[in-house]
This record gives sequence, structure tokens and C-alpha cells, in this order.
Amino acid sequence: MSDDNGVETVERASGTGVPVRGNDIDTDQIIPARFLKVVTFDGIGQFAFHDVRFDDDDNPKDHPFNEDRFRDASILVVNANFGCGSSREHAPQALKRWGIDAVVGESFAEIFAGNCLALGVPTVTASAEEIEALQDFVDENPDAEIDVDVADETVTYGDTKIDANVDDAQRKALVEGVWDTTALMKSNAEAVAETAASLPYIESEGDA
Amino acid sequence: MSRGTLYDKVWDRHTVTRLPTGQDQLFVGLHLVHEVTSPQAFGMLRERDMEVAYPERTHATVDHIVPTGDRSRPFEGAAEEMMSHLEENVREAGIDFSHPDTGDQGIVHVIGPEQGLTQPGMTIVCGDSHTSTHGAFGALAFGIGTSQIRDVLATGTIAMEKQKVRRIRVTGELGEAVEAKDVILEIIRRLGTDGGVGYVYEYAGEAIESLDMEGRMSICNMSIEGGARAGYINPDETTYEWLEDTDAFADDPERFAELKSYWESITSDDDAEYDDEVVIDGSELEPVVTWGTTPGQGIGISEEIPHPEDLPEDKQDTARHAQEHMRVEPGDTMKGYPIDVAFLGSCTNARMPDLRNAARVVAGREVHDDVRAMVVPGSQRVKAAAEAEGLDEIFREAGFDWRDAGCSMCLGMNEDQLEGDEASASSSNRNFVGRQGSKEGRTVLMNPKMVAAAAIEGEVTDVRDLPETEVSAQ
Repeated sequence: MSDDNGVETVERASGTGVPVRGNDIDTDQIIPARFLKVVTFDGIGQFAFHDVRFDDDDNPKDHPFNEDRFRDASILVVNANFGCGSSREHAPQALKRWGIDAVVGESFAEIFAGNCLALGVPTVTASAEEIEALQDFVDENPDAEIDVDVADETVTYGDTKIDANVDDAQRKALVEGVWDTTALMKSNAEAVAETAASLPYIESEGDA
Repeated sequence: MSRGTLYDKVWDRHTVTRLPTGQDQLFVGLHLVHEVTSPQAFGMLRERDMEVAYPERTHATVDHIVPTGDRSRPFEGAAEEMMSHLEENVREAGIDFSHPDTGDQGIVHVIGPEQGLTQPGMTIVCGDSHTSTHGAFGALAFGIGTSQIRDVLATGTIAMEKQKVRRIRVTGELGEAVEAKDVILEIIRRLGTDGGVGYVYEYAGEAIESLDMEGRMSICNMSIEGGARAGYINPDETTYEWLEDTDAFADDPERFAELKSYWESITSDDDAEYDDEVVIDGSELEPVVTWGTTPGQGIGISEEIPHPEDLPEDKQDTARHAQEHMRVEPGDTMKGYPIDVAFLGSCTNARMPDLRNAARVVAGREVHDDVRAMVVPGSQRVKAAAEAEGLDEIFREAGFDWRDAGCSMCLGMNEDQLEGDEASASSSNRNFVGRQGSKEGRTVLMNPKMVAAAAIEGEVTDVRDLPETEVSAQ
């Protein structure tokens, strides 16, 4: 992640994959609320999927994030409506800090996808059948490289190339390195003040 | 593309410029801040040596982790740390703060409307997905993540892509004990938890228009559970009557009159064009309860729990897992499902009419021996108003715990949590596994009256079947 106002471009992400199967995987599963009791995101990665990974006595359960063969994975492959629920950026922060550089899935909840973009993590979509095939492939070939090409909107693995989809604004933001919007939007401060002044509900004083 | 809708008009009025990404830069009229998702954003701002650009358009409160029992400082554990960070951040930036000491504290989506901060034709953001609530006033309101909070703090704006607009018309008159909550649960059940992705929902039709503001808030609140980041209702006389009495306008009728003409100008045109339209017959609905672990898994109280194989293929696995977790059987109804906890609270259903309606069911009865029941008013003002009407007495006498304002057991960040595999009848908005603080916990979502009935009977109950008591008959 870059803190230098978005000069870093994210044209592609590649690495081994980890499949997390199931529709409607919500943010409470990705990062349970009790791990939100932190004032920085440091160290949050270890709690990714915590409650589906560990039982009450902290014994590991059956979950891909607990499997050695997926430990170094950086491409997360999920199903439909992934990341639904709360707006907590802790969810993509936890995944990113666990080691995920891109998420490929059938569909994503919007706030989650927006939060991923703010961290420079692409959320790439493909059909249900293509996703399932990719998950099966990753399961059988945990050491195989997966290449997510954001600019070309493709996901390549083995001999297969999926014609994937990246939201237009997201693709542009990542490929051109303007996904960190703070500095960009701050440079328009004058135009912002003009817009504010044109709104009837803004009282004239003190909005310069 | 939609044309002439409230969404189009409010979007256009707030657009600063088109960004190189193709997104629009939108001015933010109101930025609401709470203790859990803001400290990291203030930290990012400091790292970049930036200041809050529009502190006067920003308002803070504590709700997510704040204790709802013992409120003496320091708070227990992380609550104190988050509270003191917020206190310091708002003091430094000069941001108004509805602090518990002011009597104005409460859930961010309750206090904004209550104080008149929330107004039609505004853009409103907050680091909380239920920000969609404010759409009840004809505002364009949506939840944002922490990096976006940083953007809004630093620039007073947000980068967004325009979405499609789906009008959902709910026709007819709602039946007995059928509330706004049931309407939105039904909408989510029909359109799916991801049906709203890419859309903003405009709720319309006589069943919506006849709702009070609190009911409209319950509907817009759960837009996000249907996948829609924002939902709104065109402002009308009901909206204006609410606003007229708020802090913002009570002493300033001139300002009210001035802004009213703006509010009227941003409503959707009669010939507005929508990207999609759905019609639901509101008169057919009955109270809705969830049987599963997503808000889309709901049924009418007298309907049978579906067999997974009868559902669309992509919903079958989720349904099987949900039924296993909830320990329910297809073919049964939810009536008689044993309840351990009754939670009346949350940004969905913890306003005065919610409390009044539930109190009417509770009056003259007792909470079932096996149930722990609690009422968590949405704000300190709601709490005070309820006490002035004697509702607290009704709840206390029946055996409910009467607590302070906050998010509480909706998300289990403070001391109010499910334990073990407890089942709760909850007026909140999410029944996700683990949501209410316990991995094995089970949540059944329903309207406040139904929560009251479940608390009394110790099981999910059709509130319409409860015999009237002397008090309830009045």
C-alpha cells in the first residue's frame, strides 16, 4: 500500500490462490465485531475469518485460511455477494494484511468493493461457472500461479484464461494509479467551496 | 439511465467535478462520525498533516461500543480508548459532539433525524452501512469505509459512481400488526440480499406514503441488507412536519420556509424515468420473521420454512447451512421457535413509535421466565421521552431491562451479547452468524411488536394471536 497520494499503479496481481466458498459471506464472518475494538488497523490480519477458523477454545477448524498449502496465497477466490453487511473497512484491511492482493468472485457487495479499491485491492468478477472452475483448480493446484490482469480484465491460470470483469472506474483508478483519492480531490478545493456555496442549505458564512 | 428522480437531482446539485477515474466528486452535506470507524481515519489525516476541511458539516456521537449499562468513566476496556480518541479528535477539529453528558447522545441514525441535522436534498455519509436510514427524509445517504472517511474529513467530498435507480412501489394498506419492518424484510426476501447491488432504491406507493417518519427510517435503514447502498423516500408533508419541530428549525421558521422550497424542488418528477420498477401489494403482507442467517431468509409468520431444494440453485447451500445453524426444519412455521433473549433496540427499530407499540403488547403481562429481555432506546432523547410517557415503567414491571442508548446487542460490541447458542428475537437488522456476539448465537429478526410478543411467550409468536389485556384494549 502506498501513502504517497496514489502514484502507485495496480495493473495486475499474481500469486497462488485460496478458495473461500459460499454465497453471502458477510463482513461479520470476515472480521467479527469484537476485533473492531482497535484504533489502528495494524495487526488485524491474523483475525481474518477468525470465528469460522477457530472454535471457542481457539482450536483451528476446517477453513482454507488455516491450511498450510494456502498460507502464501495472495489471490482470494469467492462466490456471490461477498463482503455484504457492514461498511467496516476492517474487512478488506484484514484480508490485505493477511496477504491478499486481489479478490476474484462472482459478485461483491458495493461498500466492500469500494473499501478494497481504497486499499488498492482489485475486486474482479466472472461467471458462477468460471469461478467454481477456478476454485476447483486452486484446490487441486495450490502452488499454481494465478494472474489477475486488471488492465486487460482477464484472470489466467493453468491453460485457462477467463474473460473477467473489472468495474470501469475501478479499473481506471487502479491502472492509472488514482485509487487514492484524497490528494486528488483536495486539489479541487476551490470548486468544492463553490459547489457548497451553491447549495441552499449551506449558510453563507464560514464555508470558504 | 434514470432521469428526473430525486437521486438525479441531488446528485447533480452536489457534483463538484468529474474525476479522472470517471467517478464524480460529490460534496458531502453532512458527515456523521462515530467512535469505531473514525479513529483510524483521523490517524490517516494526521499522517498526511491534513486538517478537517468542513468541521461545521460534521457531527459526532458514540454508539457502537459505548456501554448501555454502567456509564461511569473510565468505560470498560476498549470502549474507553475509543471514546477518548473521539473526544480528542472532535475537540482538535472543532466538531460538534452529541456526547453522553449532553443528553443528546444516541445511535448516529437516530440522532441525526432527531436534531434536524438530516434534511431532504442533502448528501449524507457516515462510516456505517445503515446510513441509508437518512434517505427517509429524501436525503442521498450511504455508508462509507474508513479510507473514504479520510477523504471526506480532508476534502468535504467523496468519489462515487452514479448508480441506477429502482422504484419499489408498495401499494395498498398494511394489515394489522404489519409494520415498516415487515415491508422491508419482504422486499429483501423477494429481491435478494444482492438484488440492490448497483441500484439506489426509491420507495414509493401508498403503503410507504402512509408511514410515519420512524417507519420510513426502518425501511430505508435496511436498504443495505438488500444490497442497495442507498434508499430514499420523496419528502412530503409528513417529512416537513417532523423537520419543523427539530432543533434546526423550531426557532427559525423563516429558514424552514426558505429550505422547504428547495426540498420541494428535489422530489422526483411525475414523469421521472427509472431503470427498474417493482410493485409489491402491501395489503397481502403479514408480520415477517427470519428463519435463517441472512436478512433475505424471511417468511410470513404463518408460512412454512422453505425446503432448500425448492429455492433457486444458488440459494440452496446457504439455506441448508442456515437451517442447520438455526436448528429449524423445512415445512415448519417459525411459530413456537423457543427464544432465550428479546432485544428491542438498534437503528432499525428503537424510536418512540417502536417503543410505544411494543409497550402496548407488554402492558399488563410478564416476560417469560426463560427469557432475558432488554429495551435499548435509540437515543438519550428517545429514552427521556419514553420515560416521560411512563413506557419504562411498563417495560420494567414486565421484567425488561431498561438500558441506555447505543447499538448494543445489534452487533455485540459492548457488554450486551448473546451467550453460547442463545436464540434472540431481535428488532435489529442482521441475523448473520456471530452478529450478536456469540458464534453459536441465533437471531430471528422481526418487528418490535413481535419482539414483545416473543418476550412474553418465550417463543416466536404471532402477536395478532395474543389475547388483548385490559391495558392493551384501551
